[in-house]
Amino acid sequence: MPYQIIVCGGLAPDPLQTLEPVTTPAGPGLKNELMLPAVFDPWAGHALYEAANLAKNVPGSVIKVVSIAPKAKLQQVMMTVAQKLPFELVPLDGPGGGFTDSASIAAALADAIAAIPGLDKSQMLLFGGWESATRGAGVVMQMVGEKLGITEQFLAVDELKVDESGALIIKERVEGGRHQVSKCAAPPAVLAWATGNLPEPSNHPQTGMANMRAMMPALQKAKAAALTTTVSYASVALPSVTRQTKIVKDVPAAQIAQELADWIRQ
Amino acid sequence: MNPLPSDEPEVKPLDADIVCVGYGPATAGFLTTLTRGLQEESGQALESRAMPGLPPQVLCYERADDIAFGVSGVVTRGRAIRATFPELPLEEIPMATRVSDEKLVYLLDPVGASRRPALMQLADKVLQAFGVKQSGWELPYCPDFLHKRDGFILSLGQFNQWTGQQVMMSGLAQIWPSTPVAEALIENDKVAGVVLAADGTEVRAELTVVGDGPVGPVGRRLDDTMGMPEGHARDEWAVGMKMVVDLPESCTLPEGTVFHTIGYPEPEIFGFFYVHPGRVASVGIFVPSWLETPARTAYRYLQHFVQHPYLWQHLEGGRMRSWGAKSLLESGRRGEPHLCGDGYARIGEGSGSTNVLTGSGVDEAWLTGTQLAEAVLEIYRQGLPFSKENLKARYEARRRRSWLEDESIIAEKARNGFQRGVLTGFIGMGLAGLTKGRVFVPRPKEDKQPSRLEDFYVGRVSHSQIEKIRERCARDGKPLHDALMDAAGWPPVEFDGQLLVSHQDALLMGGKVQAPSDTPDHVVFLEPDVCIACHDKICIEICSGEAIHPGSGVPAFDHEKCVHCGACLWNCPLDNIEFCAAPGGLHSAEN
Repeated sequence: MPYQIIVCGGLAPDPLQTLEPVTTPAGPGLKNELMLPAVFDPWAGHALYEAANLAKNVPGSVIKVVSIAPKAKLQQVMMTVAQKLPFELVPLDGPGGGFTDSASIAAALADAIAAIPGLDKSQMLLFGGWESATRGAGVVMQMVGEKLGITEQFLAVDELKVDESGALIIKERVEGGRHQVSKCAAPPAVLAWATGNLPEPSNHPQTGMANMRAMMPALQKAKAAALTTTVSYASVALPSVTRQTKIVKDVPAAQIAQELADWIRQ
Repeated sequence: MNPLPSDEPEVKPLDADIVCVGYGPATAGFLTTLTRGLQEESGQALESRAMPGLPPQVLCYERADDIAFGVSGVVTRGRAIRATFPELPLEEIPMATRVSDEKLVYLLDPVGASRRPALMQLADKVLQAFGVKQSGWELPYCPDFLHKRDGFILSLGQFNQWTGQQVMMSGLAQIWPSTPVAEALIENDKVAGVVLAADGTEVRAELTVVGDGPVGPVGRRLDDTMGMPEGHARDEWAVGMKMVVDLPESCTLPEGTVFHTIGYPEPEIFGFFYVHPGRVASVGIFVPSWLETPARTAYRYLQHFVQHPYLWQHLEGGRMRSWGAKSLLESGRRGEPHLCGDGYARIGEGSGSTNVLTGSGVDEAWLTGTQLAEAVLEIYRQGLPFSKENLKARYEARRRRSWLEDESIIAEKARNGFQRGVLTGFIGMGLAGLTKGRVFVPRPKEDKQPSRLEDFYVGRVSHSQIEKIRERCARDGKPLHDALMDAAGWPPVEFDGQLLVSHQDALLMGGKVQAPSDTPDHVVFLEPDVCIACHDKICIEICSGEAIHPGSGVPAFDHEKCVHCGACLWNCPLDNIEFCAAPGGLHSAEN
């Protein structure tokens, strides 16, 4: 049975840039947020590549990406992502810095998904990142699923297979570095992906051109996401990268390895 | 909901009206002007010839992962940019500000290792005797031809981002990042479009706009196929290498401060330092092709440059935010190719627009783009084909009538003197600048070539020392340059882990991005025997990312370290390197 795969995914500022939080009239944000190069959220990216693989193996399946982000940035990022696999885009214009609270994002995503014409929930697999690069709460996909009435939910998914009966065999990460394998008879289901197993697909310019024929009009018409946050922030900070440089000469490799191990233990 | 195709798409030719290669300042100027023109023309409904009923289909392919990844900081008078944006809102563009103070500074040699002519050594002593501070003499004035005092400072990456968003939001042009173009599609001496590197897709278009810079494969292929105009050659180059620095709290330089430097670390190396808003500075050097040493490492020189006391007083305690390098075509008008032909036009640095006297390229590149866009709109309105004649009459003629051409002619012979020696070079440049090109130093019959190491280091490093260094570096698989500079008296660089870091750390801090793992090597050594017989292997020494190492006869290339500066290409004296289109490279929007 073909699937209707909905992938929720936003943008994240390119992690190699210098990020600085600032206070804006709309709350916390990133300095020069609209000018920072952005990438498709890597967690959602894994979900998207898994969706593409599933759709390729189950003929007739479709993929729709629902994304809340500043539409100018979204358009720019889609010029790359759209080259990787065929999908349709459901864009919502909204902030991309990751400071919007999870419940508001989940509500807006659920409303947008529910409004997709022709969506058959009985065939729907709801994909997304378990977490996101801008918001590490790990709760959005659960809330979207709940709002859409989907009770079969799998978090930190690393693998999905479909058996002969059409049941979904899902491998989730659990405590202690182990996996839990579940069997889900049929859609609908929420799969919030960890890293999956698939590499980033190569670019296919032809795919990009085909995708953008529908995406460009959709982006031009993208409506503002209805975000009704009630959260106020006392302060915000970005995680800092710890970097310690030590110059050594003529030190045996084993000693360097030991020092590294000690440093990591700290 | 429509079902997906189950397989990868069949590679079929794509049709467009205009296809652009590369998104730098020239293409930004082109697309900004063109899309504005198309919007203004909406009443007259300019129509696509490839897809009747639609507006002209305009595609742009950029090799880098995003349109913001241009590797250059800019201090520019911005005349052409301001003609496009009369109210240029600098406050909307991160890292942009007006020039507030500008100095030309002669840097003395504080370490005694710089290879200075006797006259320069004498000048250093005289200046020291007069008590010059911090080993830097601020010249009493900055000549008119060099000054940028009415201009502004930009990060090219951020500026590209700003312009690119506006172009994309117009809906009248598509800019595709991560999409390198392999070559031009040439049929019967006519350019019929381009071939994409990813899957060999042919993108057929009535007009191909080539703005892929001086080492781009499309421009180079056109040069090979169409030839260069008589007397023109691309034989002067430089590696520009820079870092973007978080200045320390102690630094009191106001934003908009600009230093142009000469004299150090080697007399042939020019430097720059400019202060962006938010206590951030761009600091860098240009290592020119006329620097005689074949061990011409830009990174080590950059580290000595930032530690010069005149600059270090502002930089000590700072932190590297990003780093980058690129090749600059410094042949000026002499490096100008055929600007147009049937189905194509050249814009930007690859079209020889950089002014080598004023040290200005971005604004000139922008101007070439706007001139081509005006020509294209005119051709569309008149319903004419993009033939060589029509492009020459409208694009090339505009260029010839503009200040770009006037100033290029003044600059054309300004650097001749550097082929004779550094002092002659400075004198020639000054004469050409002050007389508006009427007086210049004649170019020698043969250009200066890199010396052999033994000749360059004569009197400083003995032949036997050089031979030992060669053997040691070959054994360790390392370039020679660090060892040679140590032997020549350059002090070791004491890494602080913040601003002074190893070359490989700079790759990480600078934002090096790896190409997809299935990407083939884009630097190819064509004839192994030629490499094996090559004595100096300058490609190894010049490599900006230490991506080329001594191999077993043929150098070894590591594409994960390549920053795509293209310096290996023009530093190979035997033309034995091919530099192909590929994704990856540097990944910082701040450069």
